[in-house]
Amino acid sequence: MLQKKVKKRVSLLVVLFSSSVIAIFFILQSLNSNILYFKSPTDIKNNQDINFKKKIRVGGMVKKNSLIINEQEIKFIITDFNNELKISFSGTVPNLFAEEKGVVAEGKLQDKSFFIADRILAKHDENYMPPELKDIMKKNVK
Amino acid sequence: MLSNIGNSILFISAFLSISIIYLANKNLKVSNNLIIKNIYQLSLIQSTLIIVCFFTLIAAFIVSDFSLVTVYQNSHSMKPVFYKIAGTWGNHEGSLLLWVIILTIFSFLFLIYNKDHPKKFRLLTLIIQNILILGFLFFILFNSNPFSSLSPTPSEGLGLNPILQDPALAIHPPLLYVGFVGSSIYFSAAIASLIVNYSEKSFSSSIKNWVLISWCFQTLGILVGSIWAYYELGWGGFWFWDPVENASLLPWFAMTALLHSLIVFEKRNLFYFWVIILCLITFILSVTGTFLVRSGILNSVHTFASDPTRGVYILLFLSLMIFSSIYLLFKKYKKENYNLNQNSKETFILINNWFMMFYLITVLLGTIYPIFTDALTDNKISVGPPFYNAIIFPIVVIFLIFMAVGPKVKWIKNKFEDIKVYFLILAGSIILNALILVFIKSYSILSNFIIISALFLIISSLKDGVSAIQKNKFDLARIISHTSFGFLVLFIGLNHIFSIERDYNIKVGETKNFENYSIKLEKLDLKDFPNYKAVIGTLEINNNFSNEKNILKPEIRIYDNPKTLTYEASIKTNLLKDYYLTMSNIDRSDYYNIKFQKKPLMIWIWISVVMIVAGGFLRLFKNAKYS
Repeated sequence: MLQKKVKKRVSLLVVLFSSSVIAIFFILQSLNSNILYFKSPTDIKNNQDINFKKKIRVGGMVKKNSLIINEQEIKFIITDFNNELKISFSGTVPNLFAEEKGVVAEGKLQDKSFFIADRILAKHDENYMPPELKDIMKKNVK
Repeated sequence: MLSNIGNSILFISAFLSISIIYLANKNLKVSNNLIIKNIYQLSLIQSTLIIVCFFTLIAAFIVSDFSLVTVYQNSHSMKPVFYKIAGTWGNHEGSLLLWVIILTIFSFLFLIYNKDHPKKFRLLTLIIQNILILGFLFFILFNSNPFSSLSPTPSEGLGLNPILQDPALAIHPPLLYVGFVGSSIYFSAAIASLIVNYSEKSFSSSIKNWVLISWCFQTLGILVGSIWAYYELGWGGFWFWDPVENASLLPWFAMTALLHSLIVFEKRNLFYFWVIILCLITFILSVTGTFLVRSGILNSVHTFASDPTRGVYILLFLSLMIFSSIYLLFKKYKKENYNLNQNSKETFILINNWFMMFYLITVLLGTIYPIFTDALTDNKISVGPPFYNAIIFPIVVIFLIFMAVGPKVKWIKNKFEDIKVYFLILAGSIILNALILVFIKSYSILSNFIIISALFLIISSLKDGVSAIQKNKFDLARIISHTSFGFLVLFIGLNHIFSIERDYNIKVGETKNFENYSIKLEKLDLKDFPNYKAVIGTLEINNNFSNEKNILKPEIRIYDNPKTLTYEASIKTNLLKDYYLTMSNIDRSDYYNIKFQKKPLMIWIWISVVMIVAGGFLRLFKNAKYS
């Protein structure tokens, strides 16, 4: 009787433990393949091994007089004041999207100077700047 | 003047907390089983005062007393009265005051409603709760004082961010706080129970209603926030996996796990330490959420102005809570009996808890991972919806199956007598799913599994309901909540599968065609409102298939105080679907950027969540009736 009890407890613990390990492994695995890296135009220029298939986020200031709009898409250039990146986007832009304002775009790099975005990130406050962008601005604007 | 009143009340409240702690501590040493009257009185005065204090702040907002920094920064004399009042808790300082109110009121209610529990346990709970109150009062007084005054008094305030001027967002924080902060009382009770070794079954009856209350309000709070995000953020979704949303979801998982394991503890006197751990982590996660949101450490859509010093204070407080919890747990841990039969209700509830923990860990890792990579590797990353979708949805399938079978399982030892019935239900679900596939549209394999398992849960819960009514002995609360959860997953699944989304850049007079719809931007009107100007578009949406015509009028609003541009979605809701349209103008061009979405069964998603909560309230009423 006792043995049976011990057996049961052991099997319960084993199931709990092994399932937890598998679960955590599963989570971390998926985390690794689903994170989005944030890059500035300078990062992209300096980076040698870019994975063009992977989604990333890019950020910078929308360059003055760079905005072109037609029926299909919105094109603009973002800059971190050292380097630039052309962006093409079709979709809804957030409230405060405008030239000379900070912007973060999510999508894929086509080559080192052209980026197709499938999302422009929402911002709700005119003074708000994504923390990533703030750091870049701090580094470059002195 | 109001500033002085508020500040004095805050100081008096802090003093009262200290007195309560002192008196309770003294009373602990007296060996009779009565708590002295003074403690009740002080507790009552403390609750009353803090409410008065809050009303003082509301009054300051109503009369637009700009000598208070908080009012100056978050209000404006031209704002409608309703939003002046809602503005009270729409900011960091005011919301912290709300936080303390809930801590205090719950502390008082817990004291008066648990007379049949050991005195030591009640007093210690009171002491710990008052330590929490004191901690937050100090935080308010020395860091985030809503009554800080400004001199000279400005003539006009800066205004409340227009997207926060919204009925849903006015009630969202109070609801969520009852959930978040409500969990403090069972945190305190758990610590007290550890200290006085109060680990009998009856401990569960002291906290179970509090767990239910906080769970119900937390769920409602999440719902209202998500409805707000749906119509206000102009993006058409109702869940972003934004850190702020995650922060509200984390304690919810812990609460849900606690809600279930408490049943086992109450019935079988098992899992005492597990229940305690869940009590502790629920409140710890609530505070963690607050820390993440308020410290600005995470990039989020939320508009709380962030301030690192706040973060440091909350972090200190948080670490103190965590370390003392862990210390106590290790000190008091005794070996527990976990000899469960694999086929018993106990095991099934443990499985529920396993899933809740799994979701919790997933969301927690996804939320804080970016902080670590930033600190350790200097890589800036973000974890987006694909991560959560990839992990949570496949697992939901298994979870739903267990959820359908679990409640029928018997305590201690179960035998599956009606396996046949389950196979029949499963077959029925598969057939229903196939019907949708054949007659409407095909979808991915995973979606198939999700729909089938959701149907499985719904049908088996309904069947439970029917057979229970026949026997006239049933747990309506559980059946309502579980069935509604099945419906929730089903509707989310169908909504996801059958959504249509289109973006166009369009000029006035133009028509766009897609599938069997056509959209025409007919005209634009400019209108003046008391606190904003609006460009209102009139768009006609034609369903060429059913000849159904709809006029939608999305707006672009230009607010003056503070100067902000917002897009108001236009939504046509009916029982089957929502049409959702947002419009934005694009810098220096006559194109308008429109986003059209057809979201099937949207309203049913909200209704399902309301029903889940209804089950919770029903259980609460039943508990109240029988105790």
